[in-house]
Amino acid sequence: MAQKKFVVGCFDDEKVLFPAVKQVRTAGYKIKDVYTPFPVHGLDHALGMRETSLHTAGFIYGITGTTTAISCISWIFTKDWPLNIGGKPHFALPAWIPIIFELTVLFAAVGMVMTFMWLCQMAPGVKKHHFHKRATDDLFVMVIECTEKTNAEDLKALLAANGAVETDIQIAEDGWWFGTYDNENENLYKQVTN
Amino acid sequence: MASIKEQFEIPGKLKTWAYALIGIGGVALLYGMFTQGFSTDEHEQVHFWGTLMYNTIFWTLVTNAAMFFLCFSTMAQAAWMQSFRRIAEAISTLVPVFGSITFAVLIYVVVSEKHHIYHWLDAAAVAKDPILKGKAGFLNPTFFIIWTTLAITLWSYFGYRMRQISREADENPMDAETAKSFNIRSMTRSGFFLVWFGLTVASTIPWLWLMSIDAHWYSTMYSWYTFASSFVAGMALIALWVIYAKNKGYLELTNAEHLHDIAKFMFAFSIFWTYLWFSQYMLIWYANIPEETVYFKHRVQGAYKPIFFLNLVVNFLAPLIILMKRSAKRNFTLVAFMAVLILFGHWIDFYQMVMGSLMKDHVTLGWLDFGILGFFVGVLILMVARSLASKPLIAKNHPFLKESIIHQV
Repeated sequence: MAQKKFVVGCFDDEKVLFPAVKQVRTAGYKIKDVYTPFPVHGLDHALGMRETSLHTAGFIYGITGTTTAISCISWIFTKDWPLNIGGKPHFALPAWIPIIFELTVLFAAVGMVMTFMWLCQMAPGVKKHHFHKRATDDLFVMVIECTEKTNAEDLKALLAANGAVETDIQIAEDGWWFGTYDNENENLYKQVTN
Repeated sequence: MASIKEQFEIPGKLKTWAYALIGIGGVALLYGMFTQGFSTDEHEQVHFWGTLMYNTIFWTLVTNAAMFFLCFSTMAQAAWMQSFRRIAEAISTLVPVFGSITFAVLIYVVVSEKHHIYHWLDAAAVAKDPILKGKAGFLNPTFFIIWTTLAITLWSYFGYRMRQISREADENPMDAETAKSFNIRSMTRSGFFLVWFGLTVASTIPWLWLMSIDAHWYSTMYSWYTFASSFVAGMALIALWVIYAKNKGYLELTNAEHLHDIAKFMFAFSIFWTYLWFSQYMLIWYANIPEETVYFKHRVQGAYKPIFFLNLVVNFLAPLIILMKRSAKRNFTLVAFMAVLILFGHWIDFYQMVMGSLMKDHVTLGWLDFGILGFFVGVLILMVARSLASKPLIAKNHPFLKESIIHQV
């Protein structure tokens, strides 16, 4: 549980947000994340994030499902316990395709959901610090992590100059924790407002 | 938008190619017609008319799929396709042309009682056959002719109405009220087409035109299978024309984002086609009832085996593997290649659907097939290019155009 210092700038319009993201990045700051009420097209590009590898992971999970299904069924029906079903050959590929398909989908879907949860650090009971409650409603919340070289006041001024409607400095938990917000909020972060 | 090229000019090279194809194809078609089509040998007759039938039915359904694409997009209030809608419209202008050829061929086959193609035309055989007697309410010349006439006429007419309303977007900028009523009227017109499409292409027409070749046999998957085949080929055709126009410096507003979505359709409907292919095959294979397996017997174990499995490789494995990646769907060269492959693959699919039933013992693929194909492709190139040149390439006042310009996948 590491407490870190963040500068937070809130924007109320996408049109203001995009140039601000660009300005902040040109000024040399590394943006930790931008929390938005809805998916914003092109924001990942503006933030300079790389393409996700989730689909590659999905492909690998799918292939694993296919292989599992083929090897499992073919071993059972040809080696382990061959049965005569309606006079069909033991290696009855067409009859297996639905199951192979289903297992491919199941592995890919479950695997991708789990990977997504892992990457986003989401799970039942897992809590993370909210930089601004209105990020789930109508504010675009840009968060920049401070290093020892960062002048937080300068950064706040830069954000305000680029159209942030609200700016503040927060010392908050960086990772995730189990528990509830109400009991642990006071222990885990304190908001510094000036 | 001052820099937008609104007027398509037909490149000379394209015209030369189109005329060359029409010339060579036309010669093959006429030569085939007089040596085989009107020959006294029934085998040769069946060969010629069967070949012409699957070609003309394939291209009619493929060009009609372009209008289907426009109509369901309109119905869903989709905006992304507005930047290249004139391409799909131009392709759909071929429906009356190819439709007339289909009409002429089918009516000729039915009226001259070519019962080696449609066994149910043989009145004497039907009278002795309880199965065909049971189907006679549907499979009879009168109904066939009426329904074929209605289908082709209404596809053409509803398609024409859709193209007409699209022209309104060329005239004046629309205010909110006009745009709203324009939208509702477009949706109403597309509704007529879609309902009629469902009653014909997605059900009765493939039963009548294609499935009834195997008069005793039936499959509940057949119409959807035919529809999927023609629709994925239709999307490939749209992709090909979009890429061609883009290559010639037109369609500035269409970019990799739009191509990505077109290629998604090609990818998704290739899988959908396979789903139907497999559903039809697997149930019949599993039940193993002679009156059902009769359709697959000579396709899977006879002369058509290579064609049958080539069909699956070209139309399923190739799109699955090649079009799966995002970067592939955004690559103009690769999508163009896949579009040609898919068009060819589904043409082969139609070939085996028709000729696989008419010429059970040997694969007839040869100069006649490719000659007639060349003729149809030539007509397609020429007429689509002319239609593109006859109206602006961009429906510039369409209420959804802006959404299409900023489209992002």
